[in-house]
Amino acid sequence: MVSNDILQFFFSLLYQESGLLLDESKRYLIETRLEPVAAQEGFASIDALGKKLMERNDALLRQTVVDAMTTNETSFFRDKSHFEILRDEIIPRLIQSNEKTKKIRIWCAACSTGQEPYSIGIHLKEIGVKLKDWDIQILATDISEPVLSQARLGVYSQHEVQRGLSAPQLLRYFSKEGLAWKISSEIRNMVQFRKLNLLADLSSVGTSDIIFCRNILIYFDLKTKKNVINKLFDLLNLGGSLFLGGSEAFMGIKTSLVRVEAKKACYYKKENISQNGGTDSRSGMKRRGVCQT
Amino acid sequence: MKVLIVDDNSAIRDVLKKMLDEMGIRTIETCHGKEAISKLENNTDIKLVILDWNMPEMNGIELLDWLCSQNKLSYSPKIMVVTTENEVNKIEMAMEKGADEYIMMPFTKEILEGKLSILGIEKESHV
Repeated sequence: MVSNDILQFFFSLLYQESGLLLDESKRYLIETRLEPVAAQEGFASIDALGKKLMERNDALLRQTVVDAMTTNETSFFRDKSHFEILRDEIIPRLIQSNEKTKKIRIWCAACSTGQEPYSIGIHLKEIGVKLKDWDIQILATDISEPVLSQARLGVYSQHEVQRGLSAPQLLRYFSKEGLAWKISSEIRNMVQFRKLNLLADLSSVGTSDIIFCRNILIYFDLKTKKNVINKLFDLLNLGGSLFLGGSEAFMGIKTSLVRVEAKKACYYKKENISQNGGTDSRSGMKRRGVCQT
Repeated sequence: MKVLIVDDNSAIRDVLKKMLDEMGIRTIETCHGKEAISKLENNTDIKLVILDWNMPEMNGIELLDWLCSQNKLSYSPKIMVVTTENEVNKIEMAMEKGADEYIMMPFTKEILEGKLSILGIEKESHV
């Protein structure tokens, strides 16, 4: 069992490096995720790993710890409703609003091992003919280089491809390599992967029409959450849409994003303040006005 | 609404039944294709047939052929193959013959739930 001093040290290190906020209730997470790291790096225990980092600021080892702790659960087409909203609501709206430029920019802000951006790529291919000749770019970022390397490879186990993908999608967009399945170059080439810490300067990201930032804000404290949401707001084009995880909300955070409920789920839209409130006459979707809690 | 499980391996049938029970979905079982046909003819509320590839009497592909040939049943259940066969040509063959979904073993309850969701199979509120 990890000693309390070392546990507190890791909590502080993770908050500082990644904004990840953990407490005693997440002791198991430290133990299950850092035990393999300690063994792999030649330490007898997690305590020994922590002591080494306390004594010496080893940037590489710190990053290894951050990588192990920030790798999040993911699967293809996670939160099916979000993809239905994308197909039925957001893409049709973008096809109208971006008709002149024929460009759509999508950013997956915490893409983990790539299932989310590839699902979006597959989904856009399946939406099909209306997006033919459009310049669509999906930027996928994550704080961890190892998960990005895995994402870039686009190789998944049998278990991973069966979580969320239909059999026709598997046959159409993957090829079998030994026991694993590799994403087709057609989908792979739609996605650009880049290492990015959401706490850092995000100006290099550029603005997007759609941002997916799912299941990451829950790990941040209020201050960090506000900071990240403000950055996301700035990086959304007017009319753009933001998806958060199913259990995430703007509780306690003032934002001008409008919550839109659809398909038993919700997303947030950036609009002119004067347009807020009421019902979207085009979509009939319910709105809840400006989020200023 | 029921799901028909067709598999000669009783352990696999038990696992599938347990998973579906936990999802609130009723099941009936048979251990080969021929027996499955009589169940299908006598239970018009079967919404999904889960079938194994390799079985005695009538195997999964033969049953798939029977199910997808015209006018054999007055209703159209969805068909999902659940098998250890994990080669692309086998999946392609099953899908071309008319299967709606395919699960390669081993699988988890989460995978099964995901596939049912793709097929639009949900427990009925009164079940």
